[in-house]
Amino acid sequence: MHDGIINILVVGIGGQGVMTAAEMLARTALSQGYDVKKTEVAGMAQRGGVVSSHVRFGPKVYSPQIDAGEADLLVGFEAAESLRWLPQLRPTGVAMVNTLRIAPPVVSAGLYDYPVDPISELAAAGIEVHAFDAGAIAEELGNAKLINTIMLGAISDHLPFPAEVLKTNIIEGFRAHKPKLADINAKAFDAGREAGHVRAFSQRPAAQTS
Amino acid sequence: MNAVVHAQTESRHLLSGNEAVARAAWEAGVRVAAAYPGTPATEILENIALYPNIYSEWSVNEKVAVEVAIGASLAGSRALAAMKHVGMNVASDAFMTQSLAGVVGGLVIVVADDVGLSSSQNEQDSRYWGRFGHMPILEPADSQEAYEMVKRAFPLSEEYETPVIVRMTTRVCHVKAMVTVESQRIEHRAAGFQKNPQRWVMTPANAKPRLPLLHERDRKLRELSERVDLNAIFPGGDRRIGFVTAGPAFMHVRETFPNAPVLKLGFSCPPPLAKIRDFASQVETLVVVEETEPLLEIEIRAAGLDVHGKDILPRFGELAPSVLRPAVKPLLGEPYEVPKRPGVNVFPRPPTMCASCPHLGPYFALSHIRNLNIVGDIGCYTLGAGHPWNALDTCTCMGASLSMAHGMDKGRGESDEKKSIVAVIGDSTFLHMGMQGLLNMIYNRGNVTVLLLDNRSVGMTGGQENPGTGQDLHGLPAPRVDFAKLAEALGVRPERIRMVDPYELPTIVKLVREEIKMEEPSIIITNRPCSLTDRFERLQPYTVIDDKCTGCGNCIDLGCPAISVARRETVTAKSGKSKELVFAHIDANTCTGCHMCVGTCAPEAISQPQPQNRTIWIQPHA
Repeated sequence: MHDGIINILVVGIGGQGVMTAAEMLARTALSQGYDVKKTEVAGMAQRGGVVSSHVRFGPKVYSPQIDAGEADLLVGFEAAESLRWLPQLRPTGVAMVNTLRIAPPVVSAGLYDYPVDPISELAAAGIEVHAFDAGAIAEELGNAKLINTIMLGAISDHLPFPAEVLKTNIIEGFRAHKPKLADINAKAFDAGREAGHVRAFSQRPAAQTS
Repeated sequence: MNAVVHAQTESRHLLSGNEAVARAAWEAGVRVAAAYPGTPATEILENIALYPNIYSEWSVNEKVAVEVAIGASLAGSRALAAMKHVGMNVASDAFMTQSLAGVVGGLVIVVADDVGLSSSQNEQDSRYWGRFGHMPILEPADSQEAYEMVKRAFPLSEEYETPVIVRMTTRVCHVKAMVTVESQRIEHRAAGFQKNPQRWVMTPANAKPRLPLLHERDRKLRELSERVDLNAIFPGGDRRIGFVTAGPAFMHVRETFPNAPVLKLGFSCPPPLAKIRDFASQVETLVVVEETEPLLEIEIRAAGLDVHGKDILPRFGELAPSVLRPAVKPLLGEPYEVPKRPGVNVFPRPPTMCASCPHLGPYFALSHIRNLNIVGDIGCYTLGAGHPWNALDTCTCMGASLSMAHGMDKGRGESDEKKSIVAVIGDSTFLHMGMQGLLNMIYNRGNVTVLLLDNRSVGMTGGQENPGTGQDLHGLPAPRVDFAKLAEALGVRPERIRMVDPYELPTIVKLVREEIKMEEPSIIITNRPCSLTDRFERLQPYTVIDDKCTGCGNCIDLGCPAISVARRETVTAKSGKSKELVFAHIDANTCTGCHMCVGTCAPEAISQPQPQNRTIWIQPHA
């Protein structure tokens, strides 16, 4: 955090729910009295392209964009995408990464290689990395679309407001619009929160105590 | 979709710039709103459609949208038209003259410039239109300002009897930020059209007397620009550099240089030159930060002031803090080094067509036929230029495919002698501006094979409706154009109008081969809906039977994202040549069971676990 502004970068692939997750974070920050801006670099993202959503909140936010090297928290919905955005993260930043690997057609066709171990590459940069298989948790809970809520649960203890505040905001949203999905999303949030601590491959730089 | 429709006065909401424009239009008493979808402006009309008491429509193109708004204004209603930057080019014929004639009900044109080209074919600065068409421009920097400025634009338009441009950029349209709702709707009753031929019939004799009035209006607007509170100084203690800026660039300037004085131009055209002169006298160096062209910079320099602008800043793209810092710091005598960041090497992930996209079949066909020049258009099918099809050779602007193909036919060069010219266009683009090209080609005895890829949707912008879908902006049933009859009416011979199911690969390959041989225009019309819309029916996924897969790789060439390479093997053929085999895998979560890939598989290795009846909706006149 610099100047009281929190910078969160949510990244993944079009269709994964990146923008929805960023929206939940932004709305929750707004409910906590922060000034908030959220912006996407999505382009034609619906067509399987790269999506990165910037969420900034604090006492007063001017530019909606997170500068290179200024993100406090990187939330990666896919392994290689998390690595792609590493330069956006501060040296003291935290990366919460879903280990899911989605190879695009250009990789499948053999034109490019998928990185062998993106998580280790992230860790080698000396940042705090937490990585876990959000898809496996979603499968245990019986719905692949829960990855979004699982990832939000996973980062909920890295935010300047209590995890319960984010959880309540998410679940209330479901109660209002899709009540049938409220309970399962509450479970997904808790499972993600636990995974962020326990199940994850975690590396904390020695100098850090968070 | 959006709770802000019922928002209480003084409540706070997280709104995109586009959502803020819609709320403001409703509060301002707008009675008619029209647009053609285009990133990043599409959501303006989608949101306006949610509010009561506004007639709103998807028009067939931006010129039509502006003309609809002009008509409503002449009837005394407040009216709004919204479009992306390139839409302004299409609409310009209408507003260039209406600006001279003037307006009655407030007429606001909201234009969204795609600064940074996230989803456009060029990056153009719509602020030129204000100068060219003698119209004032308001430039919001975020959602709150978009909300406030759109509300102010209507009385401004009425007082000065001019269309008003609200110039947004992607970084206002699509940024969500806090908006405090100030009020509820205030109705503005329309008096009805008052006949006045000298005013509204723009013959030369009637238009000429308007010219001095236009320039008198310009003078009054310049005076207003000097005193209006939208042009305001944000004081700062560090007077070494003073910034003149507008739009979202203001936010970047404040973020990067929080202690510098800033003259923010919310009313940027005509610019307040006296105010700028006064501001310049209060700072050591004046820097103009504007996206994207040096418009203010040139006007300020012409007023005799020393100013930095594009001499230190890029002429294109967003002027984000990461751009401003290295450009401006040297002026302060503070050399700036870009901090070293860890380098990463990750494959590109270009946008691609979707699983079971009905464009995949035609592109599979085009990529397998030699000696074609394929003239493309604007839409998802532009992606056909990419991997693995490489089957699109040009893309310029909405509707250009047919007319450019006609020109390419008539202007054939040496290497084109044995080539066939194909134009590829989608349903909405055809109706927007493409059908004139077909009419022209017929009239002038051209010879182009047209592929009209009708997916019943404006796909790239998110699946909006058009006159070919059978539904309107509100999702209500609407008259649906019959493309085959339309093509026939424009002059294509009925024998040369071919309807085809794009999933039937052998058929579509055969049809294209047949039609390119014809010495006259022909049109091949596909008939499957966009797989992202509700019209698409998802069926059971297919799988690859490993024992049967021979590794020919044909299905991979289809480019369906549900099909990937399972493994590769190099084998030695009888001839002694080594050959790479590519074995396929179909992802069950992505596959929608469309069966298109079955047509690529000779050994019948692609199967559905439980075959089921497919719904095929070939039109009756097929």
